[in-house]
Amino acid sequence: MRRVAVIRFPGSNCDVDTLAAAREAGADAYFVWHRDTDLRQADVVILPGGFSYGDYLRSGAIARFSPVMTAVAAHARAGGAVLGICNGFQILCEAGLLPGALMRNARLRFLSRPVWVRVDQTETPFSCLYDKGEVLELPIAHGDGRYVVDPHTAAELEATERVVWRYVRENPNGSTNDIAGVTNAGGNVVGLMPHPERRTAPAVGGPDGARVFHSMEARHATQHAVDMRAPDDRHLRV
Amino acid sequence: MSAFRVEVRVMPRAALLDPQGQAVEHALQALGFAEVARVRMGKHLVLELGAASRDEALARARAMCERLLANPVTEDYEVAVDGEVPR
Repeated sequence: MRRVAVIRFPGSNCDVDTLAAAREAGADAYFVWHRDTDLRQADVVILPGGFSYGDYLRSGAIARFSPVMTAVAAHARAGGAVLGICNGFQILCEAGLLPGALMRNARLRFLSRPVWVRVDQTETPFSCLYDKGEVLELPIAHGDGRYVVDPHTAAELEATERVVWRYVRENPNGSTNDIAGVTNAGGNVVGLMPHPERRTAPAVGGPDGARVFHSMEARHATQHAVDMRAPDDRHLRV
Repeated sequence: MSAFRVEVRVMPRAALLDPQGQAVEHALQALGFAEVARVRMGKHLVLELGAASRDEALARARAMCERLLANPVTEDYEVAVDGEVPR
């Protein structure tokens, strides 16, 4: 069972769903207030969706200076798993823990509806239970979801296969290379605009997001079974 | 130590899509302002701050832009000291 800290900022509004999704996956999940500086031995940190600080100045620009972010950055630098969902993704970009930035949707409207994303990278703590190429239906709910990076960084993200999820069938917000979610160079910090915590069971519209949270636990299992290596030196899939 | 009024202009990078500017551009054209060729939209911040000199006020405002007021990935900024604020 992993210890999962769900950070609450003033204006977070997906915190309860995110905590519930992590607990459903078997995690020992708990809230940490943004003014706290102690993550309480967290294995995983999740920055949930919402409108921290009312999105003033830029989405995530003020939250990234919250006291807790020093501990989140230290956790990330030490290789700890960090997930940012929607506003959490915006905060991670503003904090420089992920490359790029999220700008106003190309067609300006706030979008709240299901979209389709393809899983392009499964070697992360939040996507390891998906099959590469699998298409998921997940909801988006954002006004500033257009992922932007300079062409050099975009080429690097593609060359190093750091695009984790990509919009398919349509690109709702005009993001660079249809990017919906990315990971850092270490593969331990992950951010995405869609909301996996809102699709964890058929009763809430579908189960496609649940494995984001189950992946955290599965990854934990593989890390504890370090001797379980396949002959080609790859970790056995759980 | 004097009080200075500093104006900060933050604009989206020229190479990036600016959908807000485009929406305003289309609205102006629809109102008959056919001469409008392009609109770009950014932010204008006015700061009042204490500094020993104009140069110091400028340097501090630039540091604020680097740290918080502008996003280096998507925005450019300009800083101008508007003048000393009368006491």
